[in-house]
Amino acid sequence: MSTVRLSYPIPSNDFIAAGEASSNVKKILSQIGIPAEKIKKAAIAMYEAEINAVIHAGGGVADVEITAGRVVINIADNGPGIPDLELAMTEGWSTAPDNIREMGFGAGMGLPNMKKYADRLQIKTQVGVGTTVTITVNFA
Amino acid sequence: MNVGDLIKIISGELLTDNISALETQVDNLYICDLLSWVMSHAQKGDAWITVLTNVNVPAVALMTEVACVIIPEGIKVEQLTLKRANENGIIIAGTALNSFEISRKIIQSELL
Repeated sequence: MSTVRLSYPIPSNDFIAAGEASSNVKKILSQIGIPAEKIKKAAIAMYEAEINAVIHAGGGVADVEITAGRVVINIADNGPGIPDLELAMTEGWSTAPDNIREMGFGAGMGLPNMKKYADRLQIKTQVGVGTTVTITVNFA
Repeated sequence: MNVGDLIKIISGELLTDNISALETQVDNLYICDLLSWVMSHAQKGDAWITVLTNVNVPAVALMTEVACVIIPEGIKVEQLTLKRANENGIIIAGTALNSFEISRKIIQSELL
């Protein structure tokens, strides 16, 4: 198959639009016949990254590349960056404010879930500059 | 059991429009209100009970492929949430029962 490239803006602080990019990628992966368990891995990891960009970084951009063997999801933001990445990867650690917790987020599971569901997770972050998360899910 | 059976057992009400989805198979019950925890642990085919009613609930239901969402204790669900659920084929049902009473009714039914 030829490479499919998709790009989505992630709006700032908009929980209504948040998740539309990952829902759309989920539908496209389903249409091209990717196994259901691989789709679920990619969709959940991407949704977590999308939500993180909305909550912590004032939005960003999601770029997705689908090839015959894998999907690579790149979520980039110009937010505050993550000062201690190791700590942020700890289950239960969260800096989400109360209004976000009231919506059911902020359990400190976002980054751990990305790690759990991605076959490969790369995080580049710099305080004051932003964060780029790259999620790879292999189809085979 | 299917979603239709489940709604009957818990004296519930279908809040979304998808009547045909009542045939959807329910394999298990899952109760949690932390969305990322749900995404980490809920399984395809679960009936997911949550007191959350915001627009992220259908999004998480879509990602996890749960059979349906059950809103307990007569909690009112936002129209936007129901709209998003309808657009994505997500079933949401409501009941006056609380999570424990829902679980007890299902266990007593011996259908799961």
